[in-house]
Amino acid sequence: MGLNIKQIRSDFPILSQQVYKKPLVYLDNGATTQKPQVVIDTIRELQESQNSSIHRGIHYLSEQMTGRYEAARETVRAFLNADSANEIIFTSGATGSINTVAFSFGEKYVSAGDEILISEMEHHSNIVPWQMLCERKGAQLKVIPFNENGELKLEILDELLTKRTKIVALSHASNSMGTINPVKEVIEKAHAKDIAVLIDGAQMVQHGEVDVKELDCDFYVFSSHKIFGPTGSGVLYGKESLLEELPPYQGGGDMVDQVSFERTTYNTLPFKFEAGTSNYTGAIGLGVALEYLHSVGLEKIASYEKELSRYTLGKLARIDRLKIYGNAANRISVFSFLLQNIHTYDAGLILDKMGIAVRTGTHCTQPVMDHFGIDGTIRASLVFYNTREEIDVLAEGIRKTMEMLS
Amino acid sequence: MTEYNKAQQDIVDEFSVFEDWLDRYNYLIELGNDLPGIDPKYRSNEYLINGCQSKVWLHADLVDGRLIFNADSDAIIVKGIVALLVKLMNERTPSEILENELTFIDGIGLRQNLSPTRSNGLLAMVKKMRLYAMAYQAKENQNKES
Repeated sequence: MGLNIKQIRSDFPILSQQVYKKPLVYLDNGATTQKPQVVIDTIRELQESQNSSIHRGIHYLSEQMTGRYEAARETVRAFLNADSANEIIFTSGATGSINTVAFSFGEKYVSAGDEILISEMEHHSNIVPWQMLCERKGAQLKVIPFNENGELKLEILDELLTKRTKIVALSHASNSMGTINPVKEVIEKAHAKDIAVLIDGAQMVQHGEVDVKELDCDFYVFSSHKIFGPTGSGVLYGKESLLEELPPYQGGGDMVDQVSFERTTYNTLPFKFEAGTSNYTGAIGLGVALEYLHSVGLEKIASYEKELSRYTLGKLARIDRLKIYGNAANRISVFSFLLQNIHTYDAGLILDKMGIAVRTGTHCTQPVMDHFGIDGTIRASLVFYNTREEIDVLAEGIRKTMEMLS
Repeated sequence: MTEYNKAQQDIVDEFSVFEDWLDRYNYLIELGNDLPGIDPKYRSNEYLINGCQSKVWLHADLVDGRLIFNADSDAIIVKGIVALLVKLMNERTPSEILENELTFIDGIGLRQNLSPTRSNGLLAMVKKMRLYAMAYQAKENQNKES
C-alpha cells in the first residue's frame, strides 16, 4: 500500500493556500518543513491550557507539562532506537546540538595538534563550531573531499583518520546535493581507530528510518522544524557513557544538583545538558510530529520519496540547459541545479511569482559551491507531501523562467 | 510636485499597466538588458555592493553640478531595478536627490526587493547613491567657501 497523498496533504493546512493567486507549490523543505494539524493543535493546546514550567514545579500544571515533556523524550528515544532516554538531550536545534558537542567533547578530549575531521559537503553549522573549537584549542580541521557526483572520496578516508584525529563530524545527507553518505562505513573505520563520530541527521531523519544503535554513532543530531515539528527545538543523541564523561555546555537552572558560591555539582543526564527553562512546547510538538510520521509509516514515506525522486530526476533531465549538481547514486529528494547562465536570484524571483517556493543561493554550503566554481544553485527539496503534479508545475515554471530570461 | 517626484510618478504609471507579476518582471528584464553594463574599470571589488544573493556595482561622477551614475548587477531583474534607480537619479543635482524621498519602489510593489533581509545589494545601493550625493554636495560647498 502506498501513501494516501490527498489525505496527507489535507493534514497540512498551509499547503492548500494560494500565493499570488496560484496554488502554493512548496519545495523548500530542506530549509523547513510544514506542520501537520496535530502539531499545530498541540502547540495551541499547550499554550491555552497546559502552560507551566517543567521539572521544578510541584503544582498540577507543572506535573502535567513535565510528564508530557518526558514522554516526548521517550518518543524520540524510540524513534532513534536509542538505549535510554538519558541519551536524548533536547536542544534548540541541530546547530545547538553540534555546538554542544563541539564545546563539551572539545573541552574533554581535544588539545593542541589534534585533528577534527569533517567533509567538504557540510552545512556551515557543521563547519563553524569545529573551526571555533580548533581555534580555542590549537587543533586542526581536516576535510574529506567529494567527487564530481557529490560522493565522498572514501578511498582516502584511512589516510585522513590519523593518530591525532579526535572526532569525525559528518552529515548523514547533504542539504545542497542530496547525497546520502555511507555513514556506517565511516563510523566503522573511525571506531577501528578509536575515534568518535557525530552524525548530522538534519536532512535525513525526515526521509526515513534512522537507528543509532545499528549505526553505532557516538552522537546524532537533528532539528525539530525540519521533521514537521516546531522550530527552535532539536535533539542531541549521545551514547550515555560518553555523555556522562563530558562537562556541561551551558550553565544555568535545571542542569545543577547543588549550588553554592564555593562549588556547584551538576544534575544527572539528560538534564546536565539542558540549562535554563527548556523549549518544552517545541519538544512536545516534536514528539507529536514523530508520532504522526509513525502513523503514516516511515518505510512508506521512504519508498514514496524514492519514486518521486526518480520522477523528478526524469523531468529535470528532459529540460535543455539544466544542469544538476549532485548526482549521487544514493540520495534524498533534494535537487540542486542551474539553468545555463541564468542568475539563481532571477530564477527564484520568477518561480516565486508562479507560486513555487524554492531556495536559491549557497544553501549555507559555500565550500560546495566553491568546489563546483559556482555562486549558488536553485534547490528544490521534496518531502512526502509533495506530488508528481507539483513537479510538473516546477518543470513548466523552469521552462517559462528560461524563456523569460534568455 | 517637484520634477523629481513627477518622474517617480511616471515610473509608477508605467508599471500600472501590468496586471500580472510576470509582465512586471518581463519589463524589468527589458530595462536590465537595455542598461549598458558598468565600465569594466568600475566592475571591481572597490565599487562592489555585496549582497549574499546578488551583486551590484556602482560608481558616480559629478559633471556640471549633476550626478552621473554608472551601475550594474549580475542578476538581470536586480539590474532592471538598478536601471529604474539610475533613470530617476541620473543628471540630478545632489540636493534634488537628498531633498526628495524615494517612493516609486513602494509604488510599483517592489518594496520587498529593498528589504534588508533580501540581501541583493539594492538597499545598500540606494544608500550609496545618496552618499555619493552627500559627498559631492559637501565638496561643492567647500569649493564655494574657498
